[in-house]
This record gives sequence, structure tokens and C-alpha cells, in this order.
Amino acid sequence: MAFGQGRSGGGGGGGGGGGRGRGRGRGDKKTGDKEKGQRRPMFRRRKVCKFCADKIDDINYKDAKLLGPFVPERGKVLPRRISGTCAMHQRKLQTAIKRARQIALIPYVTE
Amino acid sequence: MTEGAGRQYELIYILPPDTTEAQVTELHAQVEAVVSRMSGRIEKTESWGRRKLAYEIGHQKEGVYVLEVINGSGELMKELDRRLKVIDQVLRHLIVRVDEEKKVVDRTRSKRVANSERRRVKRGLPPVRQPGEGRPAGDAEETDDDRFDGVEV
Repeated sequence: MAFGQGRSGGGGGGGGGGGRGRGRGRGDKKTGDKEKGQRRPMFRRRKVCKFCADKIDDINYKDAKLLGPFVPERGKVLPRRISGTCAMHQRKLQTAIKRARQIALIPYVTE
Repeated sequence: MTEGAGRQYELIYILPPDTTEAQVTELHAQVEAVVSRMSGRIEKTESWGRRKLAYEIGHQKEGVYVLEVINGSGELMKELDRRLKVIDQVLRHLIVRVDEEKKVVDRTRSKRVANSERRRVKRGLPPVRQPGEGRPAGDAEETDDDRFDGVEV
């Protein structure tokens, strides 16, 4: 009897604690955003897809010079949120980079 | 089945850096023999010469690149692929089908040209951009580099 009560009480307490914890977490995030906003005025350079802007239709795997800026030091593919490439061109870029890696124009990894 | 109608492939292979011209031409002849036997055609051959490899392949840091553009069937490319795998001299090879992508690229390019001409004519301009018209190149105020160096909010 006592054991059962204790178990149920513990469960309830745990749930409540979790709820509170989550609430606090949300609050922290909000203040963090505010701070970031104050520190940095809301200005971001507009990102434009390089291939759309320069009207490059053909993202060719043989053109290592073209692919170079999208492969940072580590050898990974530069994500879209950083490069600003549009979805269509990112997809084409991806296949081009993968092909270029196969014939050793671009490294898979670099230490 | 009309397989092989108008298919175009690109074949790139890498040879060790110490390969002589004669060996390169010999290998090219081998490729050509297979292609012609299976009723294909070599559209173009390009030799890129010695290039640094991005990573070592078989303890080699450099390689001689050869590119061939081949019109032919899938069967032909399968056979070529098999043969190139067997030849030890070839460090690496890659076969890519290009005709469909090429078609798409040509279409978008011609569409863009047609569109711009149509718009220019509508504005009462000659269809092709004249020299000295508009902002000169390299005058762009916002030099966008594609790297984003701010904080994502």
C-alpha cells in the first residue's frame, strides 16, 4: 500500500518536474534570442544562388574550379543554408561533386 | 527494343603518371576497337595530360587523364566498363551518361535566350544586348560572395 503510493507519487512528481524543466528551457531560449538580436542588428546579406545569378546551366563534374568553393577544407559539401544555393542547383551540385570525387578531382576527405 | 538510339556517354580514365604517349595511344586503340566492334562511335577524345590527384590511388599521386565522348549503346558501355576493370594499367575510370542532361541544358539555355529577346523587343530594344549597354561588368555594388559569415538567427 505504502509502496504503491510512493510509486505513484514519484511518477507524478517526475512528470511535473519534466514539465517545469521544459518550460524553463523555452524561456532561456527566448532570452538568448533577444540577446543575439541586441548584439547584432537585424541585418543579413541576401544570399543568392550562384548558379542562378551567373546563369550557369550546366554544373559539370569535370570543372573542379567551379565546384571548389562548395567543398570546404574538410572535403564535405557546403550546405545550402550557408552557400545560399537554390534547391535545384544544390541537387545538381551534389551529383557533380560526387562524380568529381570518383575520379579524384576533389578529395573525399582531407585531414 | 531500340536501346542505344542516340545515347551518349563520357568515359574518363586515369593512367599512372609514368605512362608513355605510346601506351596512351595503345589503350585508346583498344577502346576504339571495342567501340567500333559494337557499332558505336567515338565523338571526341581529349587528353588532359598529367594532373595531380586529389587523393592517392594505388600509391600514385598524379595521373594521366583521358576523356572520351562515345555514342553507343548501354551494352557497349557495359563491355567497356568490364574491360577497363580488368586492365591493371587503368587506375580508375568513370562512365557517365550525358545525352539527357545535355538536352535539358540546351533547352533551358535556348528558352532563356528566347525569353530575353522577347522581353527586349517588347520594350522596344534590339533583341540582342548592345555593347556598352547597361551597367558595365564589375561595377556591382554588392559583391556577393557565396559564403555566409553571419549568425543564423
